[in-house]
Amino acid sequence: MELTFTVRHVLAGAALLGVVGGVLGSFALLRRQSLLGDALAHAALPGVCLGYLLTGAKTPLPLFAGALVAGLVGAFFILATVRWSRVKEDSAIGIVLSVFFGIGIVLLTHIQKLPAGNQSGLDKYLFGQAATLLADDVRLMAWLSAAVLAAVVLGYKELKLLSFDRAFAASLGMPVRAAEVGLTLLLVVAVVVGLRTVGVVLIVATLITPAAAARQWTDRLGWMMALAAAIGAASGIAGALASATVPRLPTGPAIVLAASAVLVVSLLFAPRRGMVWAKLRERRVAARIRRENLLKDLYRLGESAGGWGGFAPAPLLMGVRGQTALELSRSARPLVQRGLLERAGDALRLTARGSDEAARVVRKHRLWELYLTRRLELARDHVHRDAEAMEHALTDAAVADLEHQLGYPTVDPHGRPIPPPPAGRTATAAGGEART
Amino acid sequence: MSALLGPTGVVLLVGSLVAASCALVGSFLVLRKMALMGDAISHAVLPGIAIAFLLSGSRSPLPMVLGAGALGVLTVVLVELSHRSGRLKKDASIGVVFPALFAVGVILISRYAAQVDLDLDCVLYGEIAYAPWDLLLIGDRSLGPKALWVTGGALVANLLLVGLAYKELKVTTFDPELAAALGFSPVLMHYLLMSAVSVTVVTSFESVGAILVVAMLVVPPATAYLLTDRLSRLLALAVAIGIASAVGGYWLARWWDASIAGAMATVAGALFTLALLLSPRHGLLARALTHRRLGGRLADQLVLLHLGSAASAQAPATLRRRFGWSAARLARVLRRLESAGWVDRSAAGLALTPAGAGALERTGSRQLAHPPT
Amino acid sequence: MSPDTATATLPPAIDDGEAAEREPAAAEAAATADATAGAAVALEVHDLTVAYRTQPVLWDVDLELPAGQLIAIVGPNGAGKSTLLKAVLGLVKPITGWVKVFDAPYRRRRSWVGYVPQRESVDWDFPTSALDVVTMGLYGRIGWLRRPRRAHRETALACLEQVGIRELAGRQISQLSGGQQQRVFLARALAQDARLYLMDEPFAGVDATTERAILTLLKELRARGRTVIAVHHDLQTVAEYFDHVVLLNMRLVASGPVETTFTPENLQRTYGGRLTVLTQAAEALLRRPSVDRDEAASVRPPGAP
Repeated sequence: MELTFTVRHVLAGAALLGVVGGVLGSFALLRRQSLLGDALAHAALPGVCLGYLLTGAKTPLPLFAGALVAGLVGAFFILATVRWSRVKEDSAIGIVLSVFFGIGIVLLTHIQKLPAGNQSGLDKYLFGQAATLLADDVRLMAWLSAAVLAAVVLGYKELKLLSFDRAFAASLGMPVRAAEVGLTLLLVVAVVVGLRTVGVVLIVATLITPAAAARQWTDRLGWMMALAAAIGAASGIAGALASATVPRLPTGPAIVLAASAVLVVSLLFAPRRGMVWAKLRERRVAARIRRENLLKDLYRLGESAGGWGGFAPAPLLMGVRGQTALELSRSARPLVQRGLLERAGDALRLTARGSDEAARVVRKHRLWELYLTRRLELARDHVHRDAEAMEHALTDAAVADLEHQLGYPTVDPHGRPIPPPPAGRTATAAGGEART
Repeated sequence: MSALLGPTGVVLLVGSLVAASCALVGSFLVLRKMALMGDAISHAVLPGIAIAFLLSGSRSPLPMVLGAGALGVLTVVLVELSHRSGRLKKDASIGVVFPALFAVGVILISRYAAQVDLDLDCVLYGEIAYAPWDLLLIGDRSLGPKALWVTGGALVANLLLVGLAYKELKVTTFDPELAAALGFSPVLMHYLLMSAVSVTVVTSFESVGAILVVAMLVVPPATAYLLTDRLSRLLALAVAIGIASAVGGYWLARWWDASIAGAMATVAGALFTLALLLSPRHGLLARALTHRRLGGRLADQLVLLHLGSAASAQAPATLRRRFGWSAARLARVLRRLESAGWVDRSAAGLALTPAGAGALERTGSRQLAHPPT
Repeated sequence: MSPDTATATLPPAIDDGEAAEREPAAAEAAATADATAGAAVALEVHDLTVAYRTQPVLWDVDLELPAGQLIAIVGPNGAGKSTLLKAVLGLVKPITGWVKVFDAPYRRRRSWVGYVPQRESVDWDFPTSALDVVTMGLYGRIGWLRRPRRAHRETALACLEQVGIRELAGRQISQLSGGQQQRVFLARALAQDARLYLMDEPFAGVDATTERAILTLLKELRARGRTVIAVHHDLQTVAEYFDHVVLLNMRLVASGPVETTFTPENLQRTYGGRLTVLTQAAEALLRRPSVDRDEAASVRPPGAP
């Protein structure tokens, strides 16, 4: 594609919007002010219209100034309402959002009825149209963006403290009220920068969505803001280009969909936090628990039969926990493969190694039961459920510690023998992994 | 029917019906601190309407209501899922879900429906002015403006809901745990309410558009919230204020030749601001006065206490130093106490009069309040 | 609504125009002359009254708290305990009354006071590390709009070391346990290197090991001549942990050394009828010899350090 002026403006505008939106959006997201950004965006509309009415100008400055002032007025109204009346914050945001927007629509429709009003181009502020950006617009956006970013870099640690622990910041002497006003001002500027490109209705997504996506990838605020800026810029450019090439595709929605797609991917696939990985981890753990339970069941059956030589038929095993044949064989298969179980048709039996492993699990279970009854003085019939869960979670070090504390017991609260530690391991107390 | 009312009458009636329906369900949204879910739903139903329109090829209300209802439920479900995943806070969940859905709706309409009567701007602020002429035709007979039927139906539905489930709505709003203990299901009420909001939103869509539905849902109930403490009165007031906003908005729009829906929202906002300032119980003015009175009463009592336990007359400067007050503040307090005849100022200083000592006795036991329960 | 359990952003009472902490000129002159760490009185409160909207939270509170001791503030919910701390720090504006820290208004003694807020007042999901949080305690020394230097980083690490979690410095705070989070807050306060520490429920919701570690830290602070004023929720441990106790229920009920002030009569007056159950439980516990508590505390759950 030829880099015409239009395209260059589009790209520049979208990139600026993305960067500033991502940076300020990170703060809004963390301070739980996502929807405040939405209200400020809607509140900007009457400001834009008033700017036009008062100056009649088509240059961007008075319109941007109007949007800025209106945004600040809206923010003040929300703050005042919440602080000085019983109306709650969500209602206050909803009120400012809809009423200011309503006023804006009144002004807009009024302007459109005026003689020159039809060419005002103000309706572009509703859904955005990046293709109409002029050099003047981009230049103003660039200046505003630079100012915002400079302010954030300069006051980074203060803004971070303010967002994390406002009371502590105040105790250190930070003028928190002024700082919050300042941060709100920066947020309004970020909104104003994106106004022509995305429109008032959807600008909240350019603030919040990239920041929410970035949060999934990192635990450091600095990186989060940088990544949010990058995602914002990328989706801005993608959306703006799509809007410029595909007919009848407004810019705002295109950008929002691009950013939302990135968010969905981040939510699902980000390392560690991604929902897909979390689900897989969950499955793995659940499978391990099922396998250990199977070993334990076989052990117990063997105990009551007086020995572990016999095969336990599948229906018997299924009956212990109400499993289906499919579930049983799914748990059994890896155990057979690892040589812990032997199979004869439907029936299963522990191998020597298998019974060692089973003994390990049973040991944990019974030690924990003993701990609960002796130290926490729980009743004997109350401890089984808890031990069923804990036996899979105790580490070897924890078990050794437990044994040491209980004085190397040999019998559990129900009178059953506690299997001895596997040969070769000494019972020394060691630091465990459990959290303090 | 339109002959009876005339176009103006139809518009006013439709506006009032919309306002009343919205006020009924919106009151519960406000009380449950879910005003922004109303905002979210009102944006997110757009793709549902667009899809219904594209699939059915017409603008008949039934498919639109169904489409919007489905989207409303989808919105709530998506927001809950995002929030429950633990990776997004509640406000962020709302803030990412509804713009995405709204964007889908806008794209569908721009690309596939722009030429066929579904104007994009009207999505935002409706076209109530056309209501009198958009008639419901069954065969050859006209049953009157479609909007009257649709919005009237919504109002009836909401009245039924609030009327029949009043107790359940009340308990689940103010004390969800008690509700669960009593056997009501807060979750069921939640989804019921959200569905009602979705239906209300879509039936109001054509009249006032997406953003302004939010105004009707939130602003009159919030105004009523500032004026009363009783749920039944709140509902009635919200409906009345909503209708007043609708009617007032219409005339404002006529006068200024501007969007009717926008004007309705503006009037609603003006009424809210009035209540915010002037509400006798909860308004800013009332609060400031009460606060001043409380501060004054406290100050009076401190001085009485102090003088009461002093052995001799006290110089004003001593009192000022003790309390850290400015001269003006002390003067105000003393003026009150002296004019009540409780404090006597002489050359030696300030002292309690016998009447003052009596007042101290009385106020002492009342003001030294018991610990709050 | 109980302001004590409100979030940290308690809105200040509306000021009617008179700065309530304006103090007379004479006292000010005296204060500057005597503002040494050797001052015997750490905190002075006079006629302090704070109201939230129209509901009084603190009423006519007069206090004089000695320096160099561990002081507990106890009282029922909504009694104004957290509000008292916030009023000292200037976070809420009183209707009447004033506060002096080491004989001067708080704003002149800012660097002498360290603050440990309630753990729930903060969103622990915030993307920041333990070290970053501790460094925040040094912002007063680093200066506004300046970058932390390596020396500051070392100091912050040393504070983490003091509370025993140096190895968690780079850890994201949401991955820390409750006890570890509390230690991070304490490390941050230590970084402030204050003479007076104001702590809001430092022992709430921590495990036994952390509780012992915190107590050891407080005793060290006292040994170094520092003062600690802590809102405390656990009546059973007041007498054991603290030297001085303030009983508060909107009004001051009593303030004094723990041996003479922490009595059943004063507790009854503070807690009203609600103390009946507490008293019986407390008496039952007090009857068992204290040796039992130590023994019970020494049985650690397996795997704990």
